Amino acid sequence: MAEIIVVTSGKGGVGKTTTSANFAMGLAQRGHRTVVIDFDVGLRNLDLVLGCERRVVYDFVNVIHGEATLKQALIRDKRNDHLHVLPASQTRDKEALTVEGVGQVLEALASDFDYIICDSPAGIEHGAVTALYYADRALVVTNPEVSSVRDSDRILGILAAKSRRAIEGGEPVREHLVLTRYSPQRVQRGEMLSVGDVGEILGIPLLGVIPESPAVLQASNEGVPVVLDEGSDAGHAYRDLVGRFLGEERAHRFIEVERKGLLGRLLGR
Amino acid sequence: MEQTRIEIDNLPPRHVGAPAIAVTGRGFTFSVLRILDADPERIVADLEHHLAQHPNFFHRAPVVLDLQAVAEAPPSLTSLIAALRERGLIPVAVQHCPPELLDEALACGLAETGGGGGARRERSVRPPSEPQAAAPRRLRVVRQPIRSGQQVYAADADLVVVGTVNPGAEVLADGSIHIYGALHGKALAGVKGDAGCAIFCNSFGAELIAIAGTYLSADEMAAVPRDKVVQVTLRDGALVIE
Repeated sequence: MAEIIVVTSGKGGVGKTTTSANFAMGLAQRGHRTVVIDFDVGLRNLDLVLGCERRVVYDFVNVIHGEATLKQALIRDKRNDHLHVLPASQTRDKEALTVEGVGQVLEALASDFDYIICDSPAGIEHGAVTALYYADRALVVTNPEVSSVRDSDRILGILAAKSRRAIEGGEPVREHLVLTRYSPQRVQRGEMLSVGDVGEILGIPLLGVIPESPAVLQASNEGVPVVLDEGSDAGHAYRDLVGRFLGEERAHRFIEVERKGLLGRLLGR
Repeated sequence: MEQTRIEIDNLPPRHVGAPAIAVTGRGFTFSVLRILDADPERIVADLEHHLAQHPNFFHRAPVVLDLQAVAEAPPSLTSLIAALRERGLIPVAVQHCPPELLDEALACGLAETGGGGGARRERSVRPPSEPQAAAPRRLRVVRQPIRSGQQVYAADADLVVVGTVNPGAEVLADGSIHIYGALHGKALAGVKGDAGCAIFCNSFGAELIAIAGTYLSADEMAAVPRDKVVQVTLRDGALVIE
């Protein structure tokens, strides 16, 4: 049976879709059969970030409404056979998703995949609640700033109240903190909250810190997840994150300001 | 048990000096012996059984006989009362007594108390209810962080939070609130008006605090040092943070 993981945040623009794409690609790189579903109906982005936007024919809502089969709608990634994408519909709105319909699709996917990643829309309304409803685990994506932390706190409360596990009284959803757009320099200058500050407020285990990096934006624009970029620090950070998710011990990197060497200081870099 | 004291002090002065009597009203707890079967032999057999188990408890114990269960076919009261007295119990009253048996009960020296049957219902007295303040307050314990948008209300209870109350969260209690963590949200104690309640927390940074309707907003608490151990009480109508 597949494990269902929701990538959620409450706040928009913090990096949910980027994290979903990289996390899914990272799991696929490790040989796990992975499908990533875009729940952001009406604001379809995941296909762009994964570079498969030109291959979208049918979408998630078509499948729920029985207008297409799962096989027709799933897009296999050209770079990695283990990764599939189920894109969102751009022409509908989030009311098109029903808890029952989503449940049927997830059940159909469960036998063919190891991991099902649900890329949640922003907000705490129907779309976000539907995305997290069936989750076994949750990646809570947060930026090191006050408003993002508060919205993540809110979504953690909703996970604890409105997920299926909460409602049916099972084991609670396992929550993981993913801190994105982290800049140790700005933390040192007091412009950003530190890992410790965020951890203290949210009180959930830290899965990964993704440093602020121009490579992330460039990768998103090109449709090539940064996890595929061997050279970038953000790529390293996402590979570490995937490793930790799979149970490996990996020290957190990119949290401290790097000490400049003598040469660097002389060159004023 | 709460006691109400009624002194008779508006009588015409007959004599000077200390009064010889004072009438006070007071509630007592009696054992109630519910008669469930009209058969005198079975009653006596069960009674012997109980007496053997708890001899001291029943010795000279005042008891009230409840006849509700046998109102349709009551036993002979006189012989029942005699049997109880023989075994050291002291029947003092009957309750739920069928009207036709009342004279017999009075003749045996028993009073009537509470819920008389049928025609005498108008005399029935409701059991005295405990005053609210005397009831011991319960405790509600929450062992996880209270997150933005969540609200926890401890009705008729004190609230203990083992964890933090995050910004945008709200904790309320009819009693006091104890937070073994940081308070960054709102805390309202004594929401039903108990001014004797207090708020305690290990690290203070509240958005709002209130006791019995008297509140302070974050702006008004700007001078209060943050992240300190704090207790909040209500004194002379004002919140005191220390």
